[in-house]
Amino acid sequence: MVNRILVGAHYGLKDWVIQRATAIVMAVYTLIFLVVIGSVGPDSFETWRSVFAGSFMRFATFLFFISLFYHAWIGIRDIWMDYIKPDGLRLLLMIATAAVLVGYAGWAIQILWRT
Amino acid sequence: MAEMAIKKKRPKNLDLPTIRLPLPGILSIIHRVSGAVLFLLLPFLLWLFESSMTSPETFARFSEVANNALVEIILLGLIWFYMHHFCAGIRYLLLDLHKGVDLQSAILSSKIVFGVSIALTLIVGVQVLW
Repeated sequence: MVNRILVGAHYGLKDWVIQRATAIVMAVYTLIFLVVIGSVGPDSFETWRSVFAGSFMRFATFLFFISLFYHAWIGIRDIWMDYIKPDGLRLLLMIATAAVLVGYAGWAIQILWRT
Repeated sequence: MAEMAIKKKRPKNLDLPTIRLPLPGILSIIHRVSGAVLFLLLPFLLWLFESSMTSPETFARFSEVANNALVEIILLGLIWFYMHHFCAGIRYLLLDLHKGVDLQSAILSSKIVFGVSIALTLIVGVQVLW
C-alpha cells in the first residue's frame, strides 16, 4: 500500500503547459487568419483555395488544427472529469473524445493536402 | 498538515438558481460552454471548410449553406463563441503571469473581454457572412 498525498507532485502540469502552448499557437494563427480574410474572403473558389495552397499558410493551418485538437482534448477531458463521476462512463467518454479528435486530425490533413 | 487540509469539511452551496455569479464568473462559464459547443460542432465546421476547399461544385454548395439565414445566425453565434474563448483565454494567460489578479482589475479585464469579443464578432461576422 503506497501511502502518499497527491498534492504538489506536478500531476497534470504537462497538460496545463500544453493547453497554454496550443492556445498561443492558435491565437497567433487567428490573427494571421483575420488579416488574410480581411484581404481575401471566401468569395470565389480559386482565390479562396489559393490562400491555403501556399506552403506557409498550409503549414500554419496544419499547426493550428493539430493545436486545436490537442487543446480540445485537454478541455473536454477536464469537463468529463468535473461532471461525470461514474468511472466507466467517464472512461468511455474520454476514449470517444480522443477517437473523434484523432479522426478529425486525419480529416484536416486530407482537406489541406488533397489538392 | 496536508492531510488535515484535504479532510477539512468546507461549506458548500451548489444551489444554482440562488448563486449570483460576478462578471468574471460569467466570463468563466461562457469560456467553458463556448469551448464545449465549438468542440461539438467541429464536424460541421470541418465539413464547411472541406466544401469550401475541394472543388468549384462543393464550393457552390458551401456558399449556398453559408448564405442560409439560419446557418448565418448559427455561424455568427459560433464566431462570438470563438472570439469570447480567444479573448477570455488571453485574459487567463495574463492571470497565469499574475497580471491583473486583484478584484478591480479582474472585473475591468472581464468587461474588456466582453467588449472586444463582441466588437470582433460584429466586424468578422459582417466581413465573412455578409
